[in-house]
Amino acid sequence: MTTDTDRPSPEALLRQAAQEGRGRLKIFLGAAPGVGKTFEMLSEGAERRRAGVDVVIGVVETHGRAETAALIRGQEIVPRRAVAYEGHAIDEMDLDAILARAPRLVLVDELAHTNAPGSRHPKRYQDVEELLAAGIDVYSTINIQHLESLNDIVASFTRVRVRETVPDSVLEQAEIEVVDIPPDELIERLKDGKVYLPHEATRALSHFFSKSNLSALRELALRRAAQSVDAQMLEHVRALGVGGTWAGGERIVVAINELPGADGLVRAAKRVADGLHGPWTALFIETPRTAHFTDEQHRRVAAAMTLATQLGAVVATVPAASVVEGIRGFVDHARATQLVVGKSRRSRWFELLHGSVVDGLIRETAGVTVHVLPMEEEARGRARDWRRGRTGWGAPSGYAITAGLIVVITALASALFHVLNLGNVALLYLLPVMVAASLFGLRTGLFAGIVSSLAYNFFFLPPVGTFSVNNPENLISIFVLLGVAIATSQLTSRVRAQADLASASARTNATLAGFLRQLSSVNDPAEAARMICEDVSRVFDVQTLLLGPMAGAGLTVQAASNPAYRLDTMDLAAANWAFDNGSSAGKGSGTLAASEWLFTPLKAGERTLAVMGVARDDAGDPVRADQLPLLTSLIDQSALVLERLRLETEMRDVDAVRTRDRLRAALLSSVSHDFRTPLTAVIAAADAMDHGATPELIATVKSEAARLNRFVGNLLDMARVEAGALKLNVEATDLSDAVAGASHDARRALDGHDLLLDVPPDLPLVRVDPHLLHHCLLNLLDNAGRYGDPGTPIVIEGRHHYGQLRLSIIDLGPGLPPGREAEVFETFRRIEGSDRAIGGTGLGLAIVKAFAEAMGMTVEASNRGDDTGAAFTLVFPTNLIVRTAAPESAI
Amino acid sequence: MPAKILVVDDEIAIRKLFRNTLERAGYAVVDAMDGRAALAVAAAEAPSAILLDLGLPDRDGLSLIPLLRLNGDAVILVVSARDATDEKVAALDLGADDFVSKPFDTEELLARLRVALRHRGVSETTQRVVRKGDLTIDLDRRLVCRDGAELHLTRKEHDVLAVLARHVGRVVTHDRIIAAAWGGDEDARIEYLRIVIRNLRQKLEYPGPVGSVIANELGVGYRLRGDS
Repeated sequence: MTTDTDRPSPEALLRQAAQEGRGRLKIFLGAAPGVGKTFEMLSEGAERRRAGVDVVIGVVETHGRAETAALIRGQEIVPRRAVAYEGHAIDEMDLDAILARAPRLVLVDELAHTNAPGSRHPKRYQDVEELLAAGIDVYSTINIQHLESLNDIVASFTRVRVRETVPDSVLEQAEIEVVDIPPDELIERLKDGKVYLPHEATRALSHFFSKSNLSALRELALRRAAQSVDAQMLEHVRALGVGGTWAGGERIVVAINELPGADGLVRAAKRVADGLHGPWTALFIETPRTAHFTDEQHRRVAAAMTLATQLGAVVATVPAASVVEGIRGFVDHARATQLVVGKSRRSRWFELLHGSVVDGLIRETAGVTVHVLPMEEEARGRARDWRRGRTGWGAPSGYAITAGLIVVITALASALFHVLNLGNVALLYLLPVMVAASLFGLRTGLFAGIVSSLAYNFFFLPPVGTFSVNNPENLISIFVLLGVAIATSQLTSRVRAQADLASASARTNATLAGFLRQLSSVNDPAEAARMICEDVSRVFDVQTLLLGPMAGAGLTVQAASNPAYRLDTMDLAAANWAFDNGSSAGKGSGTLAASEWLFTPLKAGERTLAVMGVARDDAGDPVRADQLPLLTSLIDQSALVLERLRLETEMRDVDAVRTRDRLRAALLSSVSHDFRTPLTAVIAAADAMDHGATPELIATVKSEAARLNRFVGNLLDMARVEAGALKLNVEATDLSDAVAGASHDARRALDGHDLLLDVPPDLPLVRVDPHLLHHCLLNLLDNAGRYGDPGTPIVIEGRHHYGQLRLSIIDLGPGLPPGREAEVFETFRRIEGSDRAIGGTGLGLAIVKAFAEAMGMTVEASNRGDDTGAAFTLVFPTNLIVRTAAPESAI
Repeated sequence: MPAKILVVDDEIAIRKLFRNTLERAGYAVVDAMDGRAALAVAAAEAPSAILLDLGLPDRDGLSLIPLLRLNGDAVILVVSARDATDEKVAALDLGADDFVSKPFDTEELLARLRVALRHRGVSETTQRVVRKGDLTIDLDRRLVCRDGAELHLTRKEHDVLAVLARHVGRVVTHDRIIAAAWGGDEDARIEYLRIVIRNLRQKLEYPGPVGSVIANELGVGYRLRGDS
């Protein structure tokens, strides 16, 4: 039985397809330094070499160990490249040299290594990525503590935090071989001095090499390797469509916050996701509070989001009035099953006042497993910072107005006291409290509440004139006044915040919508590129560039917000890298960050169409972290538009090629037929002349040669039209002159027809190219001579009326197929259905049309009114007619 | 002694054809296949006429015209497959006497050659009375007669006809006609010339076909047909 789950998963097949053509990565994973990873890697490399594989060493650290050095001997090593950094040279793996050498397999030690500043990639694993992408197999080594998602765990028990980490995704695509020795043996080797340790770190590391630490690390390494086998197995199962059981349907959401340790949250979520084999999403909830984040907090959120992307998560930013509301909405929508959140160690007082996010979440998201991680609270100074920014003390004018209001109310209440009771007076005092709280915020509202209750107490509560209260019931009025102040100010501030958020989100949507509307109406790629640049530049207030591939010239600037901008070598390298690798490069990214520009690829599917560069004039970070999602949307939409335009162009090109091919085929057949026929006649006639030249033979040679000459002329003319090389030499031309010249030159083609000229001598001059007009007339006469019945006359008729000048060539013959008159002007069209074989390339009338239109004239084909032949008419519109009557003296 | 003709063409078939045709017509023929040879032969043989192809292997035929002009009084007839009007005008302006387009009508070529040789060495005919069929054009007296009856021409018609008659049988470019007939009149335009020619034809050709007396060279100029 076949069920849905038995079918191969398309995603898994896609991933497999993406792997094809890529090199394979094998990682020698160790629990700690000294387990013999490098040795193992070199041995296996040497073995492959013996098996005939083209192996080179990209980079290997022997740390002076003799056994290791012995293994290197006799192997090909790509020399390292010296990178100058702060006055001294650092040797780094020469990525370009290896790419140029293009071996089958390259050995690259220490995958987690950080490259010297100024290298192409900050990290060696990125170099390895590029090698893999180039189809080169890579062997590499890594210790378990360098793995991104295990970073926190390792630090928690070894108390050594490793800065050089490698994303888990690198390991996921690799075959893993664990190089394992028991902890005791490793400690033994350490004591024998067989383990290389950097001198300065010896003390810290001796703690690291305790037996318990090594056991824990070993367990981590073995578990990680097992997990990876598990994952690869699952991938295999999914690709084959083999039914199996695995924990399906789990969806993990991690809520990112702005606190220190947000990256730890992401790594924890990654572990949960790996354990459950579920897709995971990193979610950031944008609340009104987000607007008051410090730069540090923005950076933290952005870093956590980037890390999540690197670890394989989908990222989402959702605006909402509160964190709880936003998370709940997203979790519902995404049908998440696991939620990872951080809980700050806030004071009890704070939680009582604001409520705990976690408690709220647990209450509101039933059926979702919530993982809670403790997080550090923000340093205090900073925390106060934003709180002050958020509410503030309020403007002094607010207090003055409030005080004034209270004075007015007090005066009013005193004046009316004889008709009011005490309760009504208290109600009157609500007015200034509500006004102050809603207009000037919480503090001014509280001030109003306190002052009002004091005034009420002093002026109206007995004993009047003192602040003492003898009836406890009246205390209630005071509390009510204060309570109203608090409630009103909270309510209005929330409404205001929501309105702000809504308008921000509306702005974003409006930006996107406007951008799309504009772009959708564009049909020209250059125009679209210019528009994209301008819009992005306007929205983010940055300089923008759009670079696209140009045949033979590599990546070139297609549009720019400021055309004066020039890219230097570093910028171009970043742009090219972004284009070739399909991911961001330049400032603020992980690659070639020394460039002042941030280059983001515009991708449609797997294909990179162009690269957008953004930079700030003051050389700051091009785009604020909180604006990145909007930039990403704009770029994605731009990519779609460019792809649409590209496909349209491709379609047009295909059409043009098809038309050209059709024309070429028609041309070849017509040339071979129409040229060989007269040539055959000429050759045959010349042969016959061996026995004496008769007038008929001579006439045949002459007329056939003339025909050949006409074909050549037409082909040349057509080539000129097609090449767009038609040059007009317009001059005032006398039509009677033109007709006389054409009928003289066409006299041979008109053999057997009388030519009747009906061109009045007083027709006005026309402004045309005399040569082109001559060729038009020749072709029309030639056509009439061929299709007119033998012996019938051909009429040339010139008429001037209604401001137009019409010159018609009329024959007596079969005429044109009714309803298809216009078709005769198509290239290589000859009237079908005629029982006479009539020579001609079918180019003549197409040339007439092209020439006539080039001169601003039109040509019409019709049948004579009595259906006894065809009439072709050249129409000279009013603007071609020369009006100037020459002065008497001039002529 | 027959007049000597120099044929300059890079195609041996064309040279052979010219040699046949011209020798049959009673001329002596020498030939050259490129520009350098043409200059050498022209200097050594001092031909009466040169038939010059413009597409030569070593240099542009146009550049040869002033050199040939400088080193002799041969009549130069350009025979070329190129049919760009501005090239024809350039050839005439550089000093060529006439041009014939390939492929050409042999009889027409011989007729042009005869006319050119007749006026060899003089840029204008010294004849003061030009006869063409039943027309008589008296240049000095500004009289045009047909069958002895005087035709009435306007001043401009006279001027235009006079410049054509002085170069009878040869093409005169639009610019030259306009310069001769309208002089420094800046307003003078080709339209005026067209109208004048049309009127002349009405008077001189009618009822014969258009172009029987004054031939039109497309985009280049006009020619008063010579008697041949």
